[in-house]
Formats: sequence, C-alpha cells, structure tokens
Amino acid sequence: MINVVFFAALREQLECSELSVSSKNITTVADLKNQLANKNEQWQTLFNNTSLLIAVNHEMVDNEQLLKSGDEVAFFPPVTGG
Amino acid sequence: MNQEISIQINDFSLADEITLLEQNNASDGAIVTFTGRVRNHNNGMDVSGLTLEHYPGMTEKSLAKIINTAKTRWNIGRVKVIHRIGELDIGEQIVFVGVTSKHRHDAFAANEFIMDFLKVQAPFWKKERTEQGEAWLDAKATDDAKAQKW
Repeated sequence: MINVVFFAALREQLECSELSVSSKNITTVADLKNQLANKNEQWQTLFNNTSLLIAVNHEMVDNEQLLKSGDEVAFFPPVTGG
Repeated sequence: MNQEISIQINDFSLADEITLLEQNNASDGAIVTFTGRVRNHNNGMDVSGLTLEHYPGMTEKSLAKIINTAKTRWNIGRVKVIHRIGELDIGEQIVFVGVTSKHRHDAFAANEFIMDFLKVQAPFWKKERTEQGEAWLDAKATDDAKAQKW
C-alpha cells in the first residue's frame, strides 16, 4: 500500500486528508496522480494543476519519482510559511 | 531531537533566544536575528489573524537541510530556527532565525539564506482571516526569485 496525504487548500478542496492506495499498477508519482484524478471531475482538475508540489517520504520529488509499497506520498500547494 | 529547530504553538522570547545563542560562545562576535510577525494587512485587505498548518516530519527535515546547506556555504557557529503553528493574531511573532559567526558577514548572509529558503521549501501554509472570510495565501513569485539568487 501507498499512504497518500494532502495539505492546506488541497486537503480542503478534496475534503480528504489521507488515504491508502494499492501499489499494484503504480510505478511512478504520475501513475498515482492519474489514478487519483480518475475519481471525479474535481479531483481531475486538482491533480492536473501543475503548481502542485509532491513529496515522497518527506523529500520533494517530481512526477517521474518511482514509488514502492510503504511510501508516504504528500501532495500540497506551493508553501507560504515564514 | 534537533536542538536547532523548533516547531511550536507557543510564543517565544527573543531575549531568551539571544541568550542561548550567546551563552558559552565567546568565539563568535556576531549574532544576527530575524523575527517575522503577523501583519495587519495583505494585498490591500485588512487581516485579523492567521492559521498556520505544516507537514509534521517533513518540516523539520526540510529546515535541517536548509541549515546544513548554510553551514557548508558560510563559516557560522550556532543556528536556531523557530516557526510557530496554529492560530496567530496580528502582531504576534511567527518565525525566528538566529545565526552566530566570528564576523558579521557570514551571520548576515546565512540568516537571509535560511529565511529565503524557508519561504519556498519548508512545508508551512498560511490561511488568513479577513473581513471577507478565510482564505489560503498564494505563494509569491518574488519569494522564488529571492531564493534563486543564492
């Protein structure tokens, strides 16, 4: 399984903070995004947003990053701390 | 636990933080500190407060990485980064960066570097409370530009 977490505006728009996805048929972050986007039209729009940031096991990565079972994948908007 | 980083709900004392940077540290002649506070306005709108969310675990790692990069680029002594989370009112302190060094240049540069990268890499998000309701802040292109100049 892959643990997926969402933060900030994205978490509110999805109305979801965390979910588990089977790692079967998922090789990269792009595959995971496609699977999540299939849920409905709103999720499709949100996961097609190119400004979305991705972290795998707390490190920033891009869409090509390889995934394996047990990974934690986070999706979130550009950061605004400080 | 990394003593250089603190993610906390509670406020911090600037005087206490400076004391910690100074104590038993006679070799460093320079201390540069930055404190960020909640402004009462943003993009022309009155702001009554903020809520700060973060990604526990990644936040600490991301800040540690920024601090380590600063240590490889400048000759610095002690570093402390504090970032508050949760609900904050106008005028409250949000963030603190303190750096010591033998001479001022390293502490000035490293402090600004840490702050510039915290702004674009550390997973914090601000939600503003205004008369029109609550809204998540958009990232600023000028912050990206500042980080890129390093």
